[in-house]
Amino acid sequence: MSNLIILPIIIPFIAGAILTIFAKRHKLQRFISGFTMLALLIFTVYLAVLVYQNGMIVLEAGNWPAPFAIVLVADNFAMLMLLLTAIISTACLFFAFKTITPKREKFYFYPFYFFLLVGVNGAFLTGDIFNLFVFFEVLLLASYGLIVHGGTSYQLRESFKYVIINVFTSALFVVAVAWLYSVTGTLNMAHLSERVAELEQTGVVNTIAMMFFVVFATKGALFPLYFWLPKSYFGPPAAIAALFGGLLTKVGIYAIIRVFTLIFYHDIGYTHKIIITVAAGFTMLLGVLGAVSQFDFKRILSYHIISQVGYMVMGLGIFTPLAVAGAIFYIAHHMIVKTALFLFEGAAKRVTGQSDLRQMGGLLKTHPWLAWLFFIAAISLAGIPPFSGFFSKFPIILAGFQEGQYIIAGVALLVGLLTLFSMMKIFGFAFWGEQKHTEEQAKIKIGKVLLPIAPLVALTIILGLAAEPIFQYSLAIAEEIMEPSIYIDSVLKE
Amino acid sequence: MKKSKPNNMMLQTAMRFITIIVFAFSFYLFFAGHNAPGGGFIGGLMTASAILVLYLVFHRKEMLKAIPINFTTVIGIGLLFAVGTGIVSMLFDFPFLTHFFDEFHIPFFGDVELTTALSFDLGVYLVVVGAAMSIILVISGDKK
Repeated sequence: MSNLIILPIIIPFIAGAILTIFAKRHKLQRFISGFTMLALLIFTVYLAVLVYQNGMIVLEAGNWPAPFAIVLVADNFAMLMLLLTAIISTACLFFAFKTITPKREKFYFYPFYFFLLVGVNGAFLTGDIFNLFVFFEVLLLASYGLIVHGGTSYQLRESFKYVIINVFTSALFVVAVAWLYSVTGTLNMAHLSERVAELEQTGVVNTIAMMFFVVFATKGALFPLYFWLPKSYFGPPAAIAALFGGLLTKVGIYAIIRVFTLIFYHDIGYTHKIIITVAAGFTMLLGVLGAVSQFDFKRILSYHIISQVGYMVMGLGIFTPLAVAGAIFYIAHHMIVKTALFLFEGAAKRVTGQSDLRQMGGLLKTHPWLAWLFFIAAISLAGIPPFSGFFSKFPIILAGFQEGQYIIAGVALLVGLLTLFSMMKIFGFAFWGEQKHTEEQAKIKIGKVLLPIAPLVALTIILGLAAEPIFQYSLAIAEEIMEPSIYIDSVLKE
Repeated sequence: MKKSKPNNMMLQTAMRFITIIVFAFSFYLFFAGHNAPGGGFIGGLMTASAILVLYLVFHRKEMLKAIPINFTTVIGIGLLFAVGTGIVSMLFDFPFLTHFFDEFHIPFFGDVELTTALSFDLGVYLVVVGAAMSIILVISGDKK
């Protein structure tokens, strides 16, 4: 029974191993990877429903008792993340079938893709903080392979920085884990939560908490550690950029939320209200200013990742059930919409051959489907009702006003406005105006490319129209993760 | 002036013996693992270094003919071995990666403790050999 929750890690692992063996046969690769991806998606949906109905599932690997075994914990929060991961990676994979050239496919594109999923799923499921580090490494190693995939000189230059920064932060991560172990004598997150509660989070424990924050903030692209993101996400092809933009920073955010609700939640006045909230405010503002100043489709989207990660962390910083629920809803909304937008960029580039907005124009006339689907996703991102963006920003900002955090709530409103502005900039430049691509380019059919993106756009509409039940779901998750004793009891079985 | 080809006969003759010793030691390390220093990782590295010495002495072209193995395939097989060990315990309704062990009497070797962790270690061993060899061969195959 509890073995079920290892499957989201094992299924992509086996697929990755098999794909490594048959690396040069690209038709077989497509078949295996497409089939596995769909199986994973269906299984994750089943598991999410199961966990929602029956409560948390805990697996003690190797049949050792809990604080000594490495545990995997599937609570509702982890399952939501797994579900979103499965949805967007399915969309990106089917988009990749249509856009990645066979030459790239032969260089281990699909094995890397699945090992990335192994790392991501593992990071969401693990209940052991050193194991979290291990899964972070798995996903990072796969992401190094993907970000440099194709090996253009731009990619090589930028991914070098990406690798250096991540290797450095991983080293910091191990140091933080070692320090935490030397203070508390355990690595199991539930056990850690108990021990930190006994120690009364002061002095050295707070320092360790901040070290974890710095590590995850670098992976999750928070102020002032987001500088690596826009340039490195510009390099790889759209399918990979979309997967990274939708997924990778959110693993960092997930880790922040997990660690700062489960372990380090005793000094909220300092960690949450000051450090996290201030970081969130600057992240939102500087990210969106970066987006406003850019004139490139993909770069604008990359800067928007930064500004929106700020919203999620802001929800955590305010730290009421309403705000945390908003943050969780925001993650769901953001992962879906951001992936869709990056994929639209890929589709637009397929027609025009470039992503510089000043040299694009008139796509609305020649490719109306692309334009209008993009329009829905764009205004959803900016937070216009009835799409999901509005319903995810609303509770966060509302909670900000309720808690008297007027400055950050004001910043969030302003950032929403600037987001709308920069999205309209893309729409105005690339889709309106004179047709700047040639007649031959205008005849390129992209219906097949749009097909994998359409479900994502449908999802943002559904998340908007069915906001009430979905918000109740995120509220249930928020209440669950803000009550650490539930987690502790089910892991340690006391 | 034409460069004369170095005569490697001494090296080649010596290496035929030495690699056998290195291989034997690597297998010893591999089986010593679990309860004593050793195991799949270090055994794999030792095996890879033995193969590598052969490559150095006998030249890449001949070795590709002598060991016609695609080392990236070895990585994949190793990964499957490792994860397969975990899955086997799942099939018997134990948690993932539960390991089993027992004492067996094998002729010539005597009483041996065999564990299912050994097949996991074999996976690690294959991954290490495959990864180390393919990294080095890719670099050495670089034209520039």
